[in-house]
Amino acid sequence: MRITRLAATFGAFAMAVSMAACASDDDSGSSGGGSSASGIVGKAQNDKKLVIGVKADQPGLGLQTGSTYTGFDIEIGKIIAKGLGVDESGITWKTTVSANREPYIQQGQVDMVVATYTINDDRKKVVNFGGPYFVAGQDLLVPTNSTITGPESLAGKKVCSVSGSTPAKRIQTDYKDAKLQQFDTYSKCVTALAGGQVDAVTTDDIILAGYAAQDQYAGKFKVVGKPFSKEPYGIGVKKDDSAGCNKINEILKTAATDGSYKKAWDDTLGKSGTAAPELDVAQLTNCS
Amino acid sequence: MDVFSDPANVDVYVTGFLWILKLTIAGTVGALVLGVVLAAMRVSPVPVLRWFGAAWVNIFRNTPLTLIIFFCYFGLFSTLGFSASDDIDRNNYWLGVIGLSVYTAAFVCEAIRSGINTVPAGQAEAARAIGMSFFQTLTMIILPQAGRAVIAPLGSIFIALAKNSTIVGTIGLAESSNAMKDLINANGDQVISIFLAFAGTFAIVLIPTGYGFGWLARRLAVKR
Repeated sequence: MRITRLAATFGAFAMAVSMAACASDDDSGSSGGGSSASGIVGKAQNDKKLVIGVKADQPGLGLQTGSTYTGFDIEIGKIIAKGLGVDESGITWKTTVSANREPYIQQGQVDMVVATYTINDDRKKVVNFGGPYFVAGQDLLVPTNSTITGPESLAGKKVCSVSGSTPAKRIQTDYKDAKLQQFDTYSKCVTALAGGQVDAVTTDDIILAGYAAQDQYAGKFKVVGKPFSKEPYGIGVKKDDSAGCNKINEILKTAATDGSYKKAWDDTLGKSGTAAPELDVAQLTNCS
Repeated sequence: MDVFSDPANVDVYVTGFLWILKLTIAGTVGALVLGVVLAAMRVSPVPVLRWFGAAWVNIFRNTPLTLIIFFCYFGLFSTLGFSASDDIDRNNYWLGVIGLSVYTAAFVCEAIRSGINTVPAGQAEAARAIGMSFFQTLTMIILPQAGRAVIAPLGSIFIALAKNSTIVGTIGLAESSNAMKDLINANGDQVISIFLAFAGTFAIVLIPTGYGFGWLARRLAVKR
């Protein structure tokens, strides 16, 4: 009796797992029939619609307030969509978090991802990257009167970052003398920084700039300004969609010269007074 | 599954589940002790204690655990200055244990109180008749029978506690859900297998635990 029940339980579990696996296969299969064959270029032409995955909790980059999204990533998404012939009204924004960006692209739940998405080799194995449209670097956000001048002066200090993120990992491996506090969101880190429980918050400089520019923290924090890594932000599309990737790079090339890239910056992150960076077209990926 | 061929990744995985284990054990002890005390309060003849027990249960049973853990860090530690240790991980661990115990105690209290209701009123009356005090009646007559009646529901509560302990990750402990995020971030090409490994570990450990509690409940049940 007990044995049969045990067997049944494991059987049910195995079935659930295999069904979940099937379901995800079906997803990519069905959407693959419509779009993957022709990629996002084809989908944009036929349907005049795109689903774009973005971050929802990063001021200045991708921030959701109510049902609207604002930020630099959002503006880049709009530029790409426009280049593909899709109106703003045809874009559906979809919130992604760091952990589900690859599955969303693979399963076709989003057509592309513009979400502070660092290009790296592991990710390149499963998605295709257009861009980079921006090169960020890991930096530190500290109180205005802090003595911290860079990653070298972190010894014995409490540094905050988001658990499981690349910046947190870099502190753990490269700056072992620093004490690392991790939270699930950057806003908690910033709250702890304001309360004095941590001495610095670390992640990509433009994300920090977004927090420093928030009204409630105006004048309290500064970004140290000594980036100690390179994080090229790319636009993720399906692995086999190299046509889409090439098209994205073409659109970015145009945006670099026609002023739309600068406008996207000035409307969002540029508000804190930072001048727009140059979009270096020489660095664009060659879309395997 | 080649994520787990790297010993550093295995280490992340093991550390994650060790924290879960520690949180679950400490949380279980804390919740059990607090829960029994609360249940005793709720059935006691002193109105203030009854009121306190009821208030505790109503507040903590109806507050999301994420908020309680959040409060433990930003209220108890940040604002009130309560600190269990200078070490960041250790401090977060104890803050997490406090949050988990306080929350789970509300459920334990209600389970035990329902167990107390299964003990026939005649038992308590008989105990009173031979001159036992309230405390003696409770600890020697009522609670032993009540406890044995609620082993199965307590088992469910502790299994829930084991899974709830992942929420302590939100204040930075490198427990399993953070370990999972860590591995997913570094191995974007193997998201599904990493996810299955972590979910599977919980299932493999907790399914037999559930059966264990069921077996214990049948063995220890008071035959009436």
